[in-house]
Amino acid sequence: MEHWSLAKKGTLINVLFSLSAVFILIAGAIVGVDLIKFNFLFGVIIPYTAITIFILGIILQVIKWAKSPVPFHIPTVAGQQKSLPWIKSSKLESPSSTLGVIGRMLLEILFFRSLFRNTKSELKNGPRLVYGSNKYLWLGALVFHWSILVIFLRHFRFFMQPIPSFVLALQNLDGFFQIGLPVLYISDVLITLALLYLIFRRVADLKIRYISLASDYFPLFLILSIAVTGILMRYFDRVDIVKVKELAIGIFSFHPTVPDGIGVLFYIHLFLVCTLITYFPFSKLLHMPGIFLTPTRNLANNSRMVRHINPWNRPVRVHTYEEYEDEFRDKMKASGLPVEKE
Amino acid sequence: MAEKKLKPEELAGSIDYKPKQKDWLDPSVEFKHGVFNYGGSPKSVEYLQQPNPRKWQPTDPDWQLPENWKQIILEGLKDRLDRFRSLRIFMDICVRCGACADKCHFFIGSGDPKNMPVLRAELLRSIYRNDFTLAGKLFGKFSGSRELTIDVLKEWFYYFFQCTQCRRCSVFCPYGIDTAEITLLVRELLNLVGVNIDWIITPVANSFRTGNHLGIQPHGFKDSIDFAVDELESITGVRVEAPINKKGAEILFITPSADYFGTPHYYTLLGYLALFHEIGLDYTWSSYASEGGNFGSFVSHDLMKSLNAKMYAEAKRLGVKWIIGGECGHMWRVVHQYMDTLNGPADFLEVPVSPITGTRFENTKSTKMVHICEFTADLIKNNKIKLDKSRNDHRSITYHDPCNIARGLGLIEEPRYLIKNSCNNFFEMPDNTIKEQTFCCGSGAGLGTDENLEMRMRGGLPRANAVKYVKEKYGVNFLGCICAIDKATLPPLMDYWVGGVDVGGVHELVGNALIMKGEKERTTDLRGEPLAGDEKQNV
Ligand code: HEM
Ligand code: SF4
Ligand code: SF4
Repeated sequence: MEHWSLAKKGTLINVLFSLSAVFILIAGAIVGVDLIKFNFLFGVIIPYTAITIFILGIILQVIKWAKSPVPFHIPTVAGQQKSLPWIKSSKLESPSSTLGVIGRMLLEILFFRSLFRNTKSELKNGPRLVYGSNKYLWLGALVFHWSILVIFLRHFRFFMQPIPSFVLALQNLDGFFQIGLPVLYISDVLITLALLYLIFRRVADLKIRYISLASDYFPLFLILSIAVTGILMRYFDRVDIVKVKELAIGIFSFHPTVPDGIGVLFYIHLFLVCTLITYFPFSKLLHMPGIFLTPTRNLANNSRMVRHINPWNRPVRVHTYEEYEDEFRDKMKASGLPVEKE
Repeated sequence: MAEKKLKPEELAGSIDYKPKQKDWLDPSVEFKHGVFNYGGSPKSVEYLQQPNPRKWQPTDPDWQLPENWKQIILEGLKDRLDRFRSLRIFMDICVRCGACADKCHFFIGSGDPKNMPVLRAELLRSIYRNDFTLAGKLFGKFSGSRELTIDVLKEWFYYFFQCTQCRRCSVFCPYGIDTAEITLLVRELLNLVGVNIDWIITPVANSFRTGNHLGIQPHGFKDSIDFAVDELESITGVRVEAPINKKGAEILFITPSADYFGTPHYYTLLGYLALFHEIGLDYTWSSYASEGGNFGSFVSHDLMKSLNAKMYAEAKRLGVKWIIGGECGHMWRVVHQYMDTLNGPADFLEVPVSPITGTRFENTKSTKMVHICEFTADLIKNNKIKLDKSRNDHRSITYHDPCNIARGLGLIEEPRYLIKNSCNNFFEMPDNTIKEQTFCCGSGAGLGTDENLEMRMRGGLPRANAVKYVKEKYGVNFLGCICAIDKATLPPLMDYWVGGVDVGGVHELVGNALIMKGEKERTTDLRGEPLAGDEKQNV
């Protein structure tokens, strides 16, 4: 029981730590912009720094991964192999061709195929084990990630002039229900709900709570705070979009300007985004580039068809047949087994 | 008290999936009897020229590690990070979503949170973060980092020898993070300072020396094959030949040594002998490569390679055209995913073509080794053998997919095809427990020892429970499988949790059903047990 309360304390500390980190960031932006008027720092210097760290960080990380070779051909097979022609093989779960591997990877990346398998094990009296289907994590994760993508793409209306047509189309789709003014984006609602669910399950499921670190709560709180500040700016405390766009285009065209009269809320939002992308290459968010490189998923199950080369395949000590026969020759002869040397 | 054996109800009653332990970053393990394996014998370690041979037990307060053990491990980790992309990626990208948490049979059977695959990996990841990442250096404990201490090392030993490298977690992980890979690499690290278990290192030493893990010498090997030939004759009335070390044979046959030295494996051996005779296969056994199983794959890639080297070396020496491999799990993981890379290319062999049907086994065209189930399925499909299914009517059969066979090869339908063609009564276990989602026997990867019995019964609970379900629903009384470790460890598991279920190989069932030219009327199966019709006559 004592341990139990210790574990609870651990969870609380982790949650508080990451939550306060987010509040400190927000406070930092408020102080920096509202009091000290470091607008150029928050509007230009920090964004440039963050983007640089983000891009370089990811590139360096991917290089680091790529420098380590894939010595063995170890796909995790999840379906029937291709063997005899009359046995139907599973082209996506056990792909034997490159096309199949691409299909498998696309299913993973676009639809979280493996997460879709998720079950929940329960032990009933008897003992009797039951495995219930459990798709909430899959649903929450999918909604969350697709919303991020949609929101990210929608932001191109701030970065580009004229606004690309795909952005306008996406925007219309996202505002399909035409509720409220300005029109409510479905992705804004969904990302908030999905994030709340993901935070909720981290705390509510005792197993997940036990494995969760501060660095698991932090990105969730951080992204939630980005979403909330974004929503506030759009629906409640409107900022001057024209000026924001001037700033954004200035950054991307390498002619940075800091127009007056952009509300502090915007700077908070921007600072939080900069934190997220700076944090990205040093954290578990690396799963985004990493998923493309994972050798249990991106290799075909053709291990006996095509030889996989290990660049460092190193010599080892072996026990040769000659050594073996030398040791056992008499016994082999006595029992009538053929030998090489009489 | 600690030695007391738990009754099944007591064991089940002790399982609770709500973690009650303190923060997992604090290493703490207790070596209670029944849940760990004994330390490796110095003789075997020395024979294999592995580091730090000494007499030791995990319960010793002092493990007699080399002075600079920590440096050895950290340098070993660095070296492996540079050699294995899998390790680097798996260390960096886990999001701790917990999808793998309740997929591990050891967690399901023990409720110990560190048996959740994600935490098993975190035991290493916490050290990786501490010594190899910026976040770990900046945020310390908050990033889940900790320092490598003796207690952490002991914890590694405890939990990485409570993983059977079954890869079930990897199927459910959105990034395919494969704890089996992490486990093998941590066992390599432990082995660098002489921390390993006897039921791995001694079988490796035996395999190295005598060719098989039981240490059977060539004459003993020959005796047991000869004995099987006699026994088969007394059951079927047919005298078969079983050539050993025969040069110029077309095919080399390699199977786990338990097939000729253990029961119920032995009945599968009788099945192979009958089958090869019936189709007139020109093949040979080898006493030098008399082990399919590869205990090296439970401890290090190098030892895996050392032992595996015998297969191609012997095929070359004997001048065969290609190789058939018998029923085994981890042997096939090595043959399928490692052998060609480690010890190939096998350019002295030919692409396997069945001499009976003419089928070219395109799927093995580089490795040149065919799984016995692929081989036999092809025979049946081409009507080359006659099977009397009713000879298995005294059996109601279900089939356990061995982990490595399902998730390493994807050899899923072939054994089912064999069973359905040899038996009338076949019933599948529930979907979540078979094929790619199959549950481990709980004793793989070197953990199948007597001293580890409680943990084995825990780890085997999900498998046993699924068998119990089909036993109660369909009256299943026979659990078929194609893995030597299964055949050794499922019988005690069935006795503990289920009762009244025999375990045996698929080629035992084929052998029962196989109609042989010149055979006498069969009254018993290969076990010497009466057939269904004869049973009735007795009543
Ligand atoms: C190729 C793109 C990506 C793929 C395939 C992907 C996939 C996944 C999957 C399968 C999960 C596990 C389920 C879950 O816990 O939600 C996950 C978790 C997560 N992802 Fe992504 N992701 C991608 C990009 C991103 C990006 C760009 C971000 C944020 C900037 C992100 C943030 C997160 C976070 C915060 C979690 C943890 C959620 C939690 O703690 O519950 N991901 N991702
Ligand atoms: S399923 Fe994969 S990503 Fe999720 S916690 Fe387990 S190992 Fe980590
Ligand atoms: S490989 Fe198997 S035994 Fe090991 S952690 Fe994963 S599920 Fe558990």
